Amino acid sequence: MHVTKDLVAASATPMVLGILALGESYGYAILKQVNDVSGGELAWTDGLLYPLLHRLERLGHIESSWRTSPGGRRRKYYRITGQGRAELAEQRRQWAAVVGALKNIWQTTGEPPPAVALPLEA
Amino acid sequence: MTIDSDMDLETQVAEWRTYMRRHRAVDGADVDELEDHLRATVADLVEAGLRPDEAFLVAVKRIGNLDDLSREFARVHSERLWKQLVLAGGQEAPAPAGSRRDLLVVVGCATAAAIGIKVPELFGLDLANDDGFYQRNFALFALVPMAAYFTFRRRVGAAVIGVLLALFALGGVGANAYPLAEDSQSIVITAIHLPLALWLVVGVAYVGGDWLSDRRWMDFIRFTGEWLIYFVLITLGASILVAVTVGAFGAIGIDVTDFIDSWLLPCGSMAAVVVVAWLVEAKQSVIENMAPVLTRVFTPLFAAALLAFLAAALWSGNVIDVERDVLILFDLLLVVVLGLMLYAISARDPTARPAFFDWLQLALAISASLIDVLVLLAVTDRISEWGTTPNKAAALGENVILLANLAWTAFLLADFVRHRRPFEHLERWQTRYIAVYAAWAWIVVLAFPPVFSFS
Repeated sequence: MHVTKDLVAASATPMVLGILALGESYGYAILKQVNDVSGGELAWTDGLLYPLLHRLERLGHIESSWRTSPGGRRRKYYRITGQGRAELAEQRRQWAAVVGALKNIWQTTGEPPPAVALPLEA
Repeated sequence: MTIDSDMDLETQVAEWRTYMRRHRAVDGADVDELEDHLRATVADLVEAGLRPDEAFLVAVKRIGNLDDLSREFARVHSERLWKQLVLAGGQEAPAPAGSRRDLLVVVGCATAAAIGIKVPELFGLDLANDDGFYQRNFALFALVPMAAYFTFRRRVGAAVIGVLLALFALGGVGANAYPLAEDSQSIVITAIHLPLALWLVVGVAYVGGDWLSDRRWMDFIRFTGEWLIYFVLITLGASILVAVTVGAFGAIGIDVTDFIDSWLLPCGSMAAVVVVAWLVEAKQSVIENMAPVLTRVFTPLFAAALLAFLAAALWSGNVIDVERDVLILFDLLLVVVLGLMLYAISARDPTARPAFFDWLQLALAISASLIDVLVLLAVTDRISEWGTTPNKAAALGENVILLANLAWTAFLLADFVRHRRPFEHLERWQTRYIAVYAAWAWIVVLAFPPVFSFS
């Protein structure tokens, strides 16, 4: 199974904010974490994470700093801001609404979907 | 993992970096960040059993299509497509070592320039009353600090500093040793030629003792054009500021014109000379140069105007009427045409094949040379009839020097557009000809006053 591009794009922001809400991190580690939690089903193009991070930084949801990694390389670490946490809470509410609505629809339609129309009651 | 494959990976990463840097929307810090990602991916893949070169290929593939990536970066950082002048280094990337020192040097030199112009007042030379002194010497006050700035910046050796000091001292002698009357022609001529001679001395500091490098002198030509444009822009801004300040203080009944005339204008303009030089140096690789752009616009227009003039002169059969100012006017015309050609040359890719624009330049060079020949004929006629003055001799000499340059340039261009000569010959001709300008300027400053018995 492959999640469509639009869905990946729409879920990317809450996913990154959610991961950063757990603690400071950097690009490669964020991608690995996305991979782990989705069981490999969310296929991100690695590079495109960085423009997203820069956009979130610009909006003030996250902030960054250059530090030296344990391996001795220069690495850019990102951390969520107060404003980012508020944004994350807002996104969670919206996603909960969407997921809840979908669940309700699928419950009433049942599974598998009925093949014939229900007879009208007299 | 062998040492060999490690080396291999380093070259591959280096190549990938250069390729990334070509995308304008991606800056150095972004490439650093992506490289860190690339290396982390490679390290994980190698641990999983891939060879480094295989791991590199997979990692690059995972980063994704670079054009898409650069488009995404451009959407976030659209301002990067407008290149920005970063003077003290961004906050993200550490400032390159030495830029702090450079800032100190420029502030020091600009302050020295601003104070220097007021020093003669301590010896009773007033700006308002002794304007002859300032007229002869302003180039020294402005250009010595600028040369000092380049000596610091290029870290030139003691020999070059010695040469610079000697030349500036010579300029000081030329300006002040001769007994010239305040209203003589010679003093005006010195005031015009000394700045030119000293500007080329600054060129010596600019090339940093690399006397014989045509590239460096070409850089100096570029620098001159950009410096002029920036200086004009800054002067415009400053005059608006002055006008507003005078008006605002006037509104509360305080007259600041005295302060502006005797402090702000002289000190400010002297400091501006150094600051503009620093600006041009700092922005050199960042912003598209202005001079070549203007050149592209004006070369066709000037060529058309000159051809029209030439056609009209030939058709009407009128001889050019050599009045007092005509020589100067045509000198000015030649200087402008030469400037246009120089900047077109300095901005041109030396390896590009001849194109339409080169034909335009050829037309410009030929028509300017022809017009100048007409003027020269008329002038020599007049001089042989009426005798000469310092003014006429200087203007005539300039005409001849510029004409020689333009005519030979036209010859080289004609060869170049017919594929008989590489473009480099033209560049070399222009950069070596700078020595002729320098020699002539010094002759006028040092030899003209005695030759014309200080008239």
